[in-house]
Amino acid sequence: MSFINYSAREINCKIVYYGPGLCGKTTNLQYVYNKTNPDLKGKMISLATETERTLFFDFLPLALGEIRGFKTRFHLYTVPGQVFYDASRKLILKGVDGVVFVADSQVERMDANLESADNLRANLREQGFDPDRIPTVIQYNKRDLPNAAPLEEMRRLLNPRGLPEFEACATVGKGVFETLKAVAKGVLADLRTMGR
Amino acid sequence: MLDSQLVMYDEDHRRILAVIRKLVQSAHAKGIFVVDRNGQLMAEAGEMRGIDTTSLASLAAGNIAASGGLAKIIGEDEFPVHFHQGRRDSLHISTVGRRAILLVVFDERSSLGLVRLRVRKAQTELARIFEEIEKKSERAGGSAETPFAEITDEDIDNLFNS
Ligand SMILES: Nc1nc2c(ncn2[C@@H]2O[C@H](COP(=O)(O)OP(=O)(O)O)[C@@H](O)[C@H]2O)c(=O)[nH]1
Ligand SMILES: [Mg+2]
Repeated sequence: MSFINYSAREINCKIVYYGPGLCGKTTNLQYVYNKTNPDLKGKMISLATETERTLFFDFLPLALGEIRGFKTRFHLYTVPGQVFYDASRKLILKGVDGVVFVADSQVERMDANLESADNLRANLREQGFDPDRIPTVIQYNKRDLPNAAPLEEMRRLLNPRGLPEFEACATVGKGVFETLKAVAKGVLADLRTMGR
Repeated sequence: MLDSQLVMYDEDHRRILAVIRKLVQSAHAKGIFVVDRNGQLMAEAGEMRGIDTTSLASLAAGNIAASGGLAKIIGEDEFPVHFHQGRRDSLHISTVGRRAILLVVFDERSSLGLVRLRVRKAQTELARIFEEIEKKSERAGGSAETPFAEITDEDIDNLFNS
């Protein structure tokens, strides 16, 4: 649910990075944070355990510039991926405007990817969204690893709808901004038909 | 639907500001913040300018969402009031209708009793304003007259090139 503030001439949108544990969601945000001009970003918050696993969420506010005289702000969130944090994931999806599904390319993580993709759809529905109408992009992360599954297979399993998709290696930033741009585009394009 | 677009106009913002500025005075508060439940700051008043309000808003929303989840597990709808006591400053958090959260920061110049009392009245006033904002947003959502109806792909591309 984007928030348009005529008083401050601002538009705020919420983007959630979803995916199984350790697929690279936090790494995506860290890369964006490290590469963004300090004037355009706020503080990155990570609510993590001592072992750096995301406990509740990571949060990164970004200002992208102006559109038609309105400052556009994107609030990027990640969810904790571990199965037992489902309650937290639901909370973070509240009011979401766009989703990045980060898949882990490693062959042995394919079940976890599928489970998380199903979980995303179920949780979106539970929040009152139609999962097919939320702007979503797919990121195939960890393409650098030798045990990465063939792209074709991942596409077949995870992107039957032919959503915008990107290969990535989040640790070095490959595909990270392309992914972010694509989801931001989807969200902004949605504003044209605001309210629907 | 709860998750319809929220649109806040100048006059709405001014009305919210009027309520929370009054509350700063009457509750002897240091700072007051109105945040929407999805984590965005809507208005602030008081003497705490310069703090990281973006983080404040997102964490307050996360906090309310998490405690709301706890409430449901034990069979409550939500916990509408939270109080965090610090060494110097304390934080009073309360929900306003379905949409907003009111945060009051205060120190030894005030007291929990006073804040609680004054917040109750402000809450009612704010809830009424938000109800009207929501109604307006719903109406606006139906029409096409938004500044974004005409966004082009080029506009969007330009955002990333600047
Ligand atoms: N080889 C490789 N490792 C990655 C990549 N992206 C993330 N990682 C690593 O995967 C681990 C988990 O990443 P993290 O971002 O914490 O996962 P999250 O649970 O989805 O937030 C970390 O050790 C990262 O360095 C990638 O593209 N390639
Ligand atoms: Mg993480």
